[in-house]
Amino acid sequence: MKTSTKTKAVQFLGIAIYCLGLLFSCTDVKKEREIASAAIAAGSKVLPQIEAELTNAPNVPRPIARKYPAKVVVRLEVTEVVQKLADGVEYTFWTFGGSVPGKFIRIREGDEVEFHLMNHPDSKNPHNIDLHAVSGPGGGAASTFTAPGHETIFDFKALNPGLYVYHCATAPVGMHIANGMYGLILVEPKEGLPAVDKEYYVMQGDFYTKGDFGAPGLQPFDMTKALKEEPTYVVFNGSVGALTGEKALTAQTGETVRLFVGNGGPNLISSFHVIGEIFDKVYQEGGSKVNENVQTTLVPAGGAAITEFKADVPGNYVLVDHSIFRAFNKGALGMLKVQGKEDKKVYSGQIMDKIYLPEGATVQEMPDSKAPLAPVAATKDGRIALGKAVFTQNCQACHQAEGQGIKGAFPPIAKSDYLNADVNRAIGVVAHGLEGQIKVNGELYNSTMPKLTLTDEQIANVLTFVYNQWGNKGVEVTTEQVKKVRATPPSH
Amino acid sequence: MAQKNPSTGLVMIKGGSFVPLYGPDAKPVKVQSFQLDAYPVTNAQFEAFVQAYPKWRKATVKKIFADQNYLKHWATPLGVGPDAAKIKNSPVTNVSWFAAKAYCECQGKRLPTSNEWEFAALASETKPDATNDEKFYQRSLEWYSKPNPKYLPPVKESFRNYYGAYGMIGLVWEWTQDYNSALLVGEGRSNASLDKQEFCGSGASGATNVKNYVAFMRYAFRSSLKANYTVANLGFRCASSMPVASR
Repeated sequence: MKTSTKTKAVQFLGIAIYCLGLLFSCTDVKKEREIASAAIAAGSKVLPQIEAELTNAPNVPRPIARKYPAKVVVRLEVTEVVQKLADGVEYTFWTFGGSVPGKFIRIREGDEVEFHLMNHPDSKNPHNIDLHAVSGPGGGAASTFTAPGHETIFDFKALNPGLYVYHCATAPVGMHIANGMYGLILVEPKEGLPAVDKEYYVMQGDFYTKGDFGAPGLQPFDMTKALKEEPTYVVFNGSVGALTGEKALTAQTGETVRLFVGNGGPNLISSFHVIGEIFDKVYQEGGSKVNENVQTTLVPAGGAAITEFKADVPGNYVLVDHSIFRAFNKGALGMLKVQGKEDKKVYSGQIMDKIYLPEGATVQEMPDSKAPLAPVAATKDGRIALGKAVFTQNCQACHQAEGQGIKGAFPPIAKSDYLNADVNRAIGVVAHGLEGQIKVNGELYNSTMPKLTLTDEQIANVLTFVYNQWGNKGVEVTTEQVKKVRATPPSH
Repeated sequence: MAQKNPSTGLVMIKGGSFVPLYGPDAKPVKVQSFQLDAYPVTNAQFEAFVQAYPKWRKATVKKIFADQNYLKHWATPLGVGPDAAKIKNSPVTNVSWFAAKAYCECQGKRLPTSNEWEFAALASETKPDATNDEKFYQRSLEWYSKPNPKYLPPVKESFRNYYGAYGMIGLVWEWTQDYNSALLVGEGRSNASLDKQEFCGSGASGATNVKNYVAFMRYAFRSSLKANYTVANLGFRCASSMPVASR
């Protein structure tokens, strides 16, 4: 006993001397020095007393530098406040410290905590607190039942290190939790947590409102939905958008980020995930076991997890409950903005965006990359066969499938005296087009036949086809004929 | 039936029985017919009381009878002060159980028992027993979850129930004679061990009527009190046993 007392005293003295060497304007250091001096003065039987620094999410108090236990005084005030749940949507939150989640409490394993719960005089309801970090009846709830305008106090010793949820446990418990009465208390292990660059506090909760998701106004609690476990909202840090836009978490590339993740529930368990990051480490369930290389970690209602990762490359990383409809449809979205230097080896960014072809992503060409030649008919039958296709594609719409034409509009080319009278004239009509009045089979037509962009071969084929159908005179038209006619300007 | 006695401001609550909320095997509790103030006691009424009984004034009340917030919303030792116009007809709050009890006794009345109060509070506008009326519960729930207004409304503006009692739901919490006999401890979930009547966390499933979940809050509230406590949204009203002649 005596030697350990001496050792401690020497430690305190060391800290005191160290602190003396630093600036007195630095209150934190000064405070530490005073604490250490007081401890030396009082001997080791009395722990130095510290007022706990409590923070609002997403901030967490600084890591504990102390190497010795202290008496930590925690003062937590309960208020009932109307705040934003989503854009245009308000809700009456019951809070530990003015917002949801409650203030973050950070103590050290072995600390003795003097806990004060103050229930604001304006509160409508009595409240208490159950800290999962407490070993004792109700986690403190049995000693903190506090009427509005009152304050209760109890002491506990932090026996187990870990990240713990606290919440209200006053009847009706479910409603107190559903209204936002929860937060996190971290009991740092004696040896401390490994140093990281950024630490944040993220806590999920499910909310039950009378109106549907997005229904505006001050929304009352919906007991039926709560009992059915069908939340209207699932959010991080008390409201839709609490961790997005300007309120996004931030880090620089190369920094290590630690998230203290809690889940207040009351009902849902969370599939906590950061899109685009792999957790290098997860302290599963907020305890001492470390899992590595985790994509998604399960955070039970009334439970917690510590996740750590290095921000390797810049960009926006989205925090979600990967039970994904909650994220995109009920609000469980947050964002971590990482700024800094790119590392193209780790992540290249988009290299290209181009047309996707199912056969392969690149443009493909045959080894001999010339377009195939149009088939050339070797015989009259071949010409008729090829000409049929040209007719179907170019002529049939007007002259009709049987060449009958449309009376008064498009002249017939079946048994057509006009067609059969002059092959060269027919070629010219196709090659140059035709405008003006003509007489076909005794009927006058006055419409326009457009010039068709067909090759000589195609014109020869289509006319041969037409001349060999529907009672026409059955001649073959050759490409040489077409070439000759095309060279001659239209006579009409 | 619901009858209001205009001279005393009391309404008659015809006796009957009801099953309190706690405990899975709770038996019905009998409530004798009694009379209950139609309204909670107002600031104006309490002003008159402290003028008549100096020992209940802010400055003179004994510490064991009331904590330091006793009548803290009153600006003067004898009355409400500048806010009088806004709240003289609103329920008096920040009064201890001792003070409430004394007030009723000085009027020849008494505080209602918790059973009497709860029995009277089961009534909606139209029914003496709205046990199965979910709309009625929802109204309660919405009040419980709304923060206190800066100025409480006048007692006559609040919800009037079947018996003609105003503000049983939706105005203020109220002291009862046996406020601390509710079977609830600070740690309201420990009904597995000592006292099975204790309810709360498990009470939702152990309760006789799960739907009336919100009524637990009244029991919870009363259990958080001590007799010298004063709370900003806790008032009271008085009751009277039926005169022998009319039984």
